Amino acid sequence: MITMSVPRFWRKQIARYNLVGTYCKTCNEYFYPPRNVCPTCRRDGQIGEHKFNGNGELITYTVIHTAAEGFEGQTPYVLGIVQLEEGPRLTSQIVGDPKEMHIGMKVRPVFRRLGQSGERGMIYYGTKFVPA
Amino acid sequence: MSVGIVSYGAYIPRYRIKLDDIAKVWGDDAEILKSGLMVFEKSFPDVDEDTATIAVEAARSAVRRAGIDAQRIGAVYTGSESHPYAVKPTSTIVAEAVGATPVLTAADFEFACKAGTAAVQTCMGLVASGMIDLGMAIGSDVAQGAPGDALEYTAAAGGVAFIIGSKESEITAIIEDTYSFTTDTPDFWRREGMPYPEHGGRFTGEPGYFKHVTNAARGLMEKMNTKPEDYDFAVFHQPNGKFPSRAASMLGFSKEQIKPGLVVPRLGNTYSGSCMMGIAATLDQAKPGDRIFATAFGSGAGADAFSITVTDRIEEIRNSAPKVEELLANPIYADYAKYARHKGKIKLA
Repeated sequence: MITMSVPRFWRKQIARYNLVGTYCKTCNEYFYPPRNVCPTCRRDGQIGEHKFNGNGELITYTVIHTAAEGFEGQTPYVLGIVQLEEGPRLTSQIVGDPKEMHIGMKVRPVFRRLGQSGERGMIYYGTKFVPA
Repeated sequence: MSVGIVSYGAYIPRYRIKLDDIAKVWGDDAEILKSGLMVFEKSFPDVDEDTATIAVEAARSAVRRAGIDAQRIGAVYTGSESHPYAVKPTSTIVAEAVGATPVLTAADFEFACKAGTAAVQTCMGLVASGMIDLGMAIGSDVAQGAPGDALEYTAAAGGVAFIIGSKESEITAIIEDTYSFTTDTPDFWRREGMPYPEHGGRFTGEPGYFKHVTNAARGLMEKMNTKPEDYDFAVFHQPNGKFPSRAASMLGFSKEQIKPGLVVPRLGNTYSGSCMMGIAATLDQAKPGDRIFATAFGSGAGADAFSITVTDRIEEIRNSAPKVEELLANPIYADYAKYARHKGKIKLA
């Protein structure tokens, strides 16, 4: 079971569904999850919204055999760090056979269930990645 | 003014189970089932896929295929008998995920296997009246069949989205006309809170499928003064391979006409996606000027017939999103244990 509150998930919903992040027009750096302030340019930074196309590369990964509560039915599954084409890195579940995973593998985004608050609560949807 | 399909997109999960593997578990004769149903394997969802995720993937393909600005979509209707929520529309999730929110109307439809085509008809009306610019109609299901029930051999997962519009330069397939035939027939139902549907045995064939499909199909051809020879292709709801083949021959359509759209032997019955999947598979192969006759059936019961003409635009957009044949290729075969786990048939303590 995901213990995240409904409002907390809802606030990040657009970013999770459509990989919407931000970028700094001053230094041309991209951020996901979105940042409101550029850590490099600070007050000189100009932040704008950016929708990532989601294509990227698997930087590293691990195979989960002993899952957290709510994910028991999915083992073994892969958690990885994906670097998007524009630069930012994010942690995501990588859908597929753990034996097929390799560092440097090209990935593309898919829309999947991320979890749910038990049988009665909200279902949380968002982006995961599959081998491209 | 013409109304038609501006774009279409399909999605099929990669997992398949062979009927032999299901029959083995229940002690049934696989050969009899396969020859009776004309279905050999069926798709099932990944552990994190459901009707909403399938609808989103199909909808995104439809948007991508024709390069649609999603903000133009004024309605999203998702038809399914397996919506993830009893109350909370799948269509809101789809609309958000394709970037069509917030100025649009949305609702979920339910009419067994024809909820998707009911959504198509609704979008046709809204577009033709000028109420909206583009409408999105989706049929998506992770169909349910109780363990050991006859439905378990065919109930599959998949979805298709059509974007309906009226700008002539954008239309890929003109929907010339539609005709529906509906009665209160107790052939299939699922009560609130129940995990699996029930079927009313003897109502399934003649009084259900064949009566409604043939009446809707004949009604449309009479209304339009057309005959089976006027069409290059035909698609009939495909709960199995046998029913659409028999309906086609009862109406005077040939095996060749239904061949491109008959995907059920390798896919199973994707319920609300079934007839629309057949139309999508046919559009994947059709040439400009080809005419397609399609009839969807939903238990309960009703049938929606459509007469469609493909335009030159098909050649421009066809290759911009995965075709049904590509989605059927490279399946991951799994045994009944994995299927049961993915479908939530094994309850964890």
